[in-house]
Amino acid sequence: MTDSSAGIKSPLHDEHVALGAALTSFAGWQMPLRYTSDIAEHTAVRTAAGLFDLSHMGEIRVGGPDAAAFLDYALVGNLSALRFQGARYTMICAPDGGVIDDLIVYRDLEDAFLVVANASNHDVVLGELRGRAEKFENVTVVDRSPQTALIAVQGPNALEIVHATEGLVEDGGDIGASKYYACLPATFQGEPVLVARTGYTGEDGFEFFLDAPLAPALWRAFLAAGEQHGLVPAGLSARDSLRLEAGMPLYGNELDRTTTPHDAGLGRVVKLDKATADGAPIDFVGRAALEERDAATPSKTLVGLEGLGRRAARHGYPVTLPDGQAIGVVTSGAPSPTLGHPVAMAYVTPETSAPGTDLAVDVRGRLEPVRVVPLPFYRRAR
Amino acid sequence: MSTDLPTALHYTAEHEWLQDGSPSTIGITAVAADALGDIVYLELPAVGEQLAAGAVVGEIESTKSVSELYSPVSGTVIEVNQSAIDDPSVVNSDPYGAGWLLKVDVTSTGPLLTSDEYAALSAG
Repeated sequence: MTDSSAGIKSPLHDEHVALGAALTSFAGWQMPLRYTSDIAEHTAVRTAAGLFDLSHMGEIRVGGPDAAAFLDYALVGNLSALRFQGARYTMICAPDGGVIDDLIVYRDLEDAFLVVANASNHDVVLGELRGRAEKFENVTVVDRSPQTALIAVQGPNALEIVHATEGLVEDGGDIGASKYYACLPATFQGEPVLVARTGYTGEDGFEFFLDAPLAPALWRAFLAAGEQHGLVPAGLSARDSLRLEAGMPLYGNELDRTTTPHDAGLGRVVKLDKATADGAPIDFVGRAALEERDAATPSKTLVGLEGLGRRAARHGYPVTLPDGQAIGVVTSGAPSPTLGHPVAMAYVTPETSAPGTDLAVDVRGRLEPVRVVPLPFYRRAR
Repeated sequence: MSTDLPTALHYTAEHEWLQDGSPSTIGITAVAADALGDIVYLELPAVGEQLAAGAVVGEIESTKSVSELYSPVSGTVIEVNQSAIDDPSVVNSDPYGAGWLLKVDVTSTGPLLTSDEYAALSAG
């Protein structure tokens, strides 16, 4: 209602306007918040399929003979071990171990990687990668974001829709035969597209990286192919409720510079054992702090909270013992469309983090009962 | 956002509407309902409760956010819309009709806007 006209326009902006989307300002972009109904879009992704414009995400190409060694140094993961046409969820940390951003890295070429950063952190990640690349001779770091569009098809019907899409040729291999977290080259109307079996919804699904001018045609081709498969365009509001149910962190909520991967329950992405071919440990930015953190008793733990009442806990609300004593803070929360009750993620003290623990959330001055539950809240049937 | 504002109603800057006179029916505008998204929970005052104009008297919660309900009038609640409490989506689908929230015996009103004034405000 207020600032929806501000920000960079997606290459799909005209499609969103034509579809009647409510637009919102997000990380400097003007993006679709919803097209019709948050719940309808959310439910479509759970039961059929949703079409998302994610062109606000940052795409950074890292290439050159030293690319893998550079990423091993710049990121917490072991990217030199990432297979060709594989994808990996990883993070870039500060020297003190704080999370600068969470990333997906695709090894779509033998000797080059595509690093996908959150829109809100794109500039920071690009700057960090360029700075960290200075000690490597044969690395190139190129920002591909301005000319790259990203479209996602997510949901149980996603594969059928992708196979039925006019003009989309899977000449690099059948993405349906690939595992989750794989990527393959394809073409759309003869132009190259990178297809990845990744997503942020808790459903099977695919993400398509392509040159921005081609995006509207692919978007329309998906909508046409998806019509008989229940595909609907879905906005950022549904994206947020879907990732919350799937227990996936959102930078700025569950992750920030004061949080380590371990705090968020994601210590597994920190590869302290990564080593060179001759067995020497690989140094990486944040290593010393994260080694310490790995061995230490955590001061906070990320948990799932199931609301026992109807009022939802929201980002920033205090988590308390049932008697009101503060022991944590909510990072994300909403009424879950799939489960029909409120859910939240929160940082709490380790001693109150066991599933089954009864806690409360101060919801605008009134304590609402919640219970610690395992994450994710929702897991798709396979 | 296309909204046809009923011209017979009064409005507030906090996006409530109310009928002229007393008792008065009160609800939220289509602009407010659209901004909230799918409404999933209403917390409304009880019948018999005394309302003060401008005071927070309830909450309207959607998947995306939550908004407080301000009373546009002072008076006594004589009825709440139980069917809207049971199925709050009616506030999205029919905000000026079946999605009404409260009926109040009005003793005085707070600052009110005409439909034209509210349209100008909510367009800005």
